[in-house]
Amino acid sequence: MEQVDALARTARRVRHRDRQNRLAVFSSAISSYVRRAPAGFLGALLLASLAVLAIFAPLIAPYDPLAIDLQRAIVSPCWEHPLGTDHLGRDVLSRLLVGARASLGAAAFTVVVVTSLGVVLGTMAGFYGGWIDEIIMRLVDTVLAFPSIILALVVAGLLGPGLRNVILGLTLVRWAGCARLVRSLVLSVREREFILAARSIGSRDRRIVIRHILPSILGPVAVMATLDLGSVLLSLSGLSFIGLGVQLPQPEWGAMVNYAQLHVQTAPWLAIAPGLAIVLAVLSANLLGDTLRDLLDPRYRYVVS
Amino acid sequence: MRQYILRRLISLLPVIFGVSLITFGLMGLVPGNPAEIIASYGKEIEPSQEEIEAVQQELGLDQPIPLQYLRWLGRVVRGDLGESLLSGQSVWHEITTHLPATLELAAGGMVIGLLIALPVGILSAVWRDSVVDQISRVLALLGASVPSFWLGTILVLFFAVRLGWLPSMGRGGWKHFILPAGALGLRSSAVLMRLTRANLLEVLDEPYIRTAQAKGLARSRVILRHALKPSLLPLATMLGLQFGHLLGGTIIIEMVFAWPGLGMLITESILGRDFPVIQGFALFITVVFVSINFVVDLVCRWLDPRVQYGT
Repeated sequence: MEQVDALARTARRVRHRDRQNRLAVFSSAISSYVRRAPAGFLGALLLASLAVLAIFAPLIAPYDPLAIDLQRAIVSPCWEHPLGTDHLGRDVLSRLLVGARASLGAAAFTVVVVTSLGVVLGTMAGFYGGWIDEIIMRLVDTVLAFPSIILALVVAGLLGPGLRNVILGLTLVRWAGCARLVRSLVLSVREREFILAARSIGSRDRRIVIRHILPSILGPVAVMATLDLGSVLLSLSGLSFIGLGVQLPQPEWGAMVNYAQLHVQTAPWLAIAPGLAIVLAVLSANLLGDTLRDLLDPRYRYVVS
Repeated sequence: MRQYILRRLISLLPVIFGVSLITFGLMGLVPGNPAEIIASYGKEIEPSQEEIEAVQQELGLDQPIPLQYLRWLGRVVRGDLGESLLSGQSVWHEITTHLPATLELAAGGMVIGLLIALPVGILSAVWRDSVVDQISRVLALLGASVPSFWLGTILVLFFAVRLGWLPSMGRGGWKHFILPAGALGLRSSAVLMRLTRANLLEVLDEPYIRTAQAKGLARSRVILRHALKPSLLPLATMLGLQFGHLLGGTIIIEMVFAWPGLGMLITESILGRDFPVIQGFALFITVVFVSINFVVDLVCRWLDPRVQYGT
């Protein structure tokens, strides 16, 4: 009995030490990344903070973003309203915070859908080849023949205003570039020895794709998705700016810059704040994406470094 | 060369076919019955069933879809893009009257972008990791993260509202041109300057540059005479793509400056649900975009015969 107890104690101690070790390894890995790529870490940190702000926006926002108070219209930044108020007396900071949910949320959602579509179709095209490849790539070429922002604009314009339609428009346009990249990655992995090895021990297609091909292309796909987040956010706010996308009175960053146009003479802060928010978010995504790309693929070092 | 052009043209055919299919299919996105929308357009009262059917018959919307597509294609090939619901003018007329203003702006943006990007890009390659290089790195990163419409608004705020130097909207003399073209140019210079730098650095790594240096040529001469020209070639390919982006950017920035180009036309059409104009616009811009890329391709091939199709 005593022996069993001693054994259990030892086991506990070993488990504890292991956990400590793993923690140490993990934190030293993080700190080495921070040292090697401070810009990327900053981007990740900013992006995470923006996400947290967006998620908890209704709790953090000092005022109701939709509450109209004409007595307090166009108040310049002050203690009660750090970013001032708009032409209807709505608090700009609150609108900015709650608007982050529409802007960032829609952009993140679009990127997730685009990347999933691109990975599925690109993998199918690259892995199976033949007529499947032919059909998918013809479609990709055709979609890429359109200037992307214009096709998205036209699709959203025909469907009618609304955030859902803008997301749909951007998705219909952007999956193509992603699918093309994934296909080329799959093609480069498909002929490698470890795939042959997996096949020779009798793995089925499904297992090869899920267990071997997808993990090995994960890095470049993550880089692309991160960089896409920035450019999707730019397109999205551009389309909102011209009146598609989120409809009044709901706040959204691009739309806020649009309404600020009318008051640019009297209330410049209305235009400055939401624009800076867009720049900050896109900049964070680009910093993170560029850094990830540098770490994963030194071939690009000239372009960014 | 002739064979190359021919081969490229043939490879364009499926793309053009696909583009025409997608553009035709775009009308399927319109919620509701297009004939009903057209029949009721600008009228106070609901259209009668007969009126809707009359429109349907006139436009051939009662026929099977493949036949509709062929009829539509036949008209488009002859340059007939239909009529605007808002103005009653032909869509072709609407587009061609708004086109010059947009082309002017996009071209101006491109020229300004190059005027900034080339010197800065070259200098930051020559003096790698110098202050110039660091500044251009930051500028490029910022430029790639700034929405053009906001940049335009800020320029208006500063140069039109604060300083009162330049007009904030409309199209007129060169003064009206500076702010919108400047906003476009600043943004496109971000990509172009880093690309210029990257290309030049790559060429400077080549052995023949070392040869030129070894035989005692001045550094400025090596860079200007030997390195610069081949390094600009990849830039030419990029310019074609960049022009497409610029057209897209122009569409949005025209809203900021009330610039009477295609951007104004398309935003008015979208808000007014003027479907034929939207469809015609998509087709027109895409054909322009595809043609530009085709020409750029040929020019690159002509400049450097090593360039292979498909790379």
